[in-house]
Amino acid sequence: MRPNIYVKDKVAIVGAGLTLFRRRLLETPRELAWEASKQALDSAGLTLKDIDCIVIGSAPDAFDGVHFKGEYLADGSGGFGKPTVRVFVGGGTGVMTPIAAWWHVASGLCKTVLAVGEEKMSHAYPHPQGVFAYIWDPILERPLRPNLIWIFALEMARYMHVCKASKEDIALVSVKNKRNALDHPAAQAAANITVDDVLKSEVLVWPVQLLDISPVSDGAVALVVASEKIARRVTDTPVWIDGVGFTLDNTHWYNRDLSYPRYLEYAARMAYKMAGIERPWKEIDVAEPYDPFDYKELHHIEGLMLARRCEAPKLLKEGYFDRSGELPTSPSGGLLGVGNPIAAAGVMKVAELFWQLRYEAGARQVKKPVHKAVANAWGDLMQVGTVIVLST
Amino acid sequence: MSYVRVAVIGIGYYGFKPSVPDLSFREMMLEAAMRAYYDANVDARRDIDVFISCQEDFWEGIAISNEFAPEPIGGVLRPTMTITGDGLQCIGQAYMIIKSGLADIVAVEAHAKPSDIESIQEIYELSLDPQVRTLNIANPLFQAGLDAIAYMRWSGARREHLAMIAVKNRSRGLLNPRASHASKLSLDMVLNSKPVIYPLTRFEIADYTDVAINIVLASEEKARKFTEKHIWIDGIWWSTEVGSGAIEWHEWGRMPSLRLASREAYRQAGLSNPINQTDFAEVEDRFSYIELLALEELGLAPGGAHRLLESGFYDANGSYPVNPSGGSLAVGLTLEATGLWRLLEAILQLRGEAGGVQLRDARRAIVASWRGPPTYTSTVAVISKE
Amino acid sequence: MRSIRLPGMYLREEDLRKLVGVIEYTPRARYSYSAGQALSEFLRGLREGRILGRLCPSCNRVLVPPRVYCEHCYTQTTEWVEVPGTGRVESVVVSYIGTARERLEKPEIIAVIRLDAPGYGRDSFDFAGLFHKLCGVTEDDVKSGRVIGLRVKPRWKPLELRTGSILDIECFEPEVVESERA
Repeated sequence: MRPNIYVKDKVAIVGAGLTLFRRRLLETPRELAWEASKQALDSAGLTLKDIDCIVIGSAPDAFDGVHFKGEYLADGSGGFGKPTVRVFVGGGTGVMTPIAAWWHVASGLCKTVLAVGEEKMSHAYPHPQGVFAYIWDPILERPLRPNLIWIFALEMARYMHVCKASKEDIALVSVKNKRNALDHPAAQAAANITVDDVLKSEVLVWPVQLLDISPVSDGAVALVVASEKIARRVTDTPVWIDGVGFTLDNTHWYNRDLSYPRYLEYAARMAYKMAGIERPWKEIDVAEPYDPFDYKELHHIEGLMLARRCEAPKLLKEGYFDRSGELPTSPSGGLLGVGNPIAAAGVMKVAELFWQLRYEAGARQVKKPVHKAVANAWGDLMQVGTVIVLST
Repeated sequence: MSYVRVAVIGIGYYGFKPSVPDLSFREMMLEAAMRAYYDANVDARRDIDVFISCQEDFWEGIAISNEFAPEPIGGVLRPTMTITGDGLQCIGQAYMIIKSGLADIVAVEAHAKPSDIESIQEIYELSLDPQVRTLNIANPLFQAGLDAIAYMRWSGARREHLAMIAVKNRSRGLLNPRASHASKLSLDMVLNSKPVIYPLTRFEIADYTDVAINIVLASEEKARKFTEKHIWIDGIWWSTEVGSGAIEWHEWGRMPSLRLASREAYRQAGLSNPINQTDFAEVEDRFSYIELLALEELGLAPGGAHRLLESGFYDANGSYPVNPSGGSLAVGLTLEATGLWRLLEAILQLRGEAGGVQLRDARRAIVASWRGPPTYTSTVAVISKE
Repeated sequence: MRSIRLPGMYLREEDLRKLVGVIEYTPRARYSYSAGQALSEFLRGLREGRILGRLCPSCNRVLVPPRVYCEHCYTQTTEWVEVPGTGRVESVVVSYIGTARERLEKPEIIAVIRLDAPGYGRDSFDFAGLFHKLCGVTEDDVKSGRVIGLRVKPRWKPLELRTGSILDIECFEPEVVESERA
């Protein structure tokens, strides 16, 4: 990893907004993008006239059922006579979106960027899982008629085997995140549940059960990203983007050990290096690891180097990752609790850190003082690591 | 703003055929990438900091096509990502990434295998707003006809002017080994054939081509370290006029996205009078009318593009050659790689490596690409040699 | 977050059906994927009951499935190497649902197989491998954790039914069946 880390210009997040996350929303994809964008602009006290560039993040076109989805979402996202671009790294798109917004501003070519994540999974009928039938290698994988959950179950089973983690250990993530989400105004799947509820839920692909998985959702989230000069003018509490990192592992996911997300470690090292963080497990105050499945939060905590390999389940049991714990993770409620409109969910994690660092998270505000935070997202065939480090 | 100059230091391509059945798209990407890295004198695994692939899911027939991006271009376990945009727009992203200081060397890849797509018109239909799809319009590229008519009305260009573009570009392509759709045409042949999308005939609508292209960009410091062949990106910008779900708001017969993108690219490049300060242009011509309209919007048509076309102003031996490669009408449409080969052809010209289509004394060029209907997104670049 | 009232209107499935102007649309996207140099030969091998890999001359690993490049060294691979097809289960799961999330009548057992192939350490992070179905083990075997690490081999379809597809391998099965072991 040799990216130039000597970036001179600071970039800040100055506003964030989102829609409800629900299984099905009445609004069209363009309307969802607009609602979130409007909220974000309002929260920063800006209007679309103040925005130079647009970055859109959205996952497979097949969900919304529109080819050229970035172009389709453009006007809803404010891309009206403005430079507009869409980034796409599967499930990792949510965190890639503010990363791309970062380089728009850091390059000096844009002063303000609206970064919008949108997903409308309910368009796929009867079930969005049908869309996932087309993510596979058409020659070697698709003939086996795979279900997306197969591969994540394979990863979970491998993680359980290598780390000797039990189903009960892992279910605790779901319990924690769904409980955290009770305080989130957008939440779709907030609940007070027990480990027993998870273990008794429908078995989809053992070891993955219904309550191990985040729900299918519609929703949109937007951020306003600005240069240091603008940020200091519009707010007293800008949240700085200190580090960005992204990595893509090989396509042949069945040619590597699934027990550890090395792609995430590589991306995290890039972001930490840029942010000047040497001991993330000590320096990071709050984290939003990507949690579409409960085991994935543990996997990502380890990949982000917030815990040693195979140590996350034990720390979780001790309450280390609770809102009142030493290193709160997914205080928002995460994808498991708030919902998972894919690209929007990743942006939601970054928005949560923005509110946490500004002490604006209300009932969700973590107990400890916070100064540095990290979020990640993950996707494709268990390949993508996208990481962003924020600070005040 | 940090003033970092950005150069193209390597180019590679494979294909430029209507069909490449013996190689998978991944193998084509590999062929293009290896050539580009050899040309740039870089080691993919050691020297390149960021890899960008430009692709769209439905062109690939894979719901998350980013999965297949890293391996053939050397981007495994490196910062690799996908932009769903025209290749030239990805060059713009690479330009930003280098200027931001995040990376010194960036590889940009785009590929197209339209020969693998059995239902390309249906996929174009899928790009329309669902409400528009219910109209059951037989040809989803209908917008091109609406724009052509509206353009002719305000500009005074006639049917013959559109046909002249097809004759100029398709014939010019006969000199270009990368132009698989070149043919010797006469004005009568074009005018006498039946329109496909009125007023456009089949000769005035570009055909599809399979290709993989890879372009390596670097900061000035690294460019000088690795090679001596530098083509500078003096300015690059893109713009979206309206969303593809809001085409009713489009300014018919005009291309504001090309206009806005070019003004910012010229500003970055310090151009005040582009037609005098550049030597030639590779511009959008997936339909005949759009070449003339693009020249208007790019400010390269004092007194009217169609009048200058009549006078031979835009011919390869004219005062300001436009599409000396033969353009899309001869080379073809390569989905998201379209803007990238326009840039490639311009680079070959500036390097003096354009072979049969080489212009004399080309030092600075404008490259302009539109993403095609139903989008209204365009990118414009200004490039030069030292 | 100043406002708690967020935009968005929840729509139940039955309400969706009552809306005016709901558009049903099935994308008509069809493709004929080119398998390319490496996979075409691999598929020919499968028809003959052979599993073929490609050798990377730089790291000396045999890549299965084969590709014309080694993505780690970024070198072109040089020769075809047949691997025995045997290996051990790297990870395994039991699927109760199909591609569109419908419940399956009979659950399927899916595994990642770490194949025996030259060039890799015993527990190397990267390995030659395939993703396929597993036969000859039960759901309980999988859930008990006994299957990970199990030695397996491919069960081929009868020659006349093979078509040059990944499905020419019916599934992987234990090298030693329980009854023989006893």
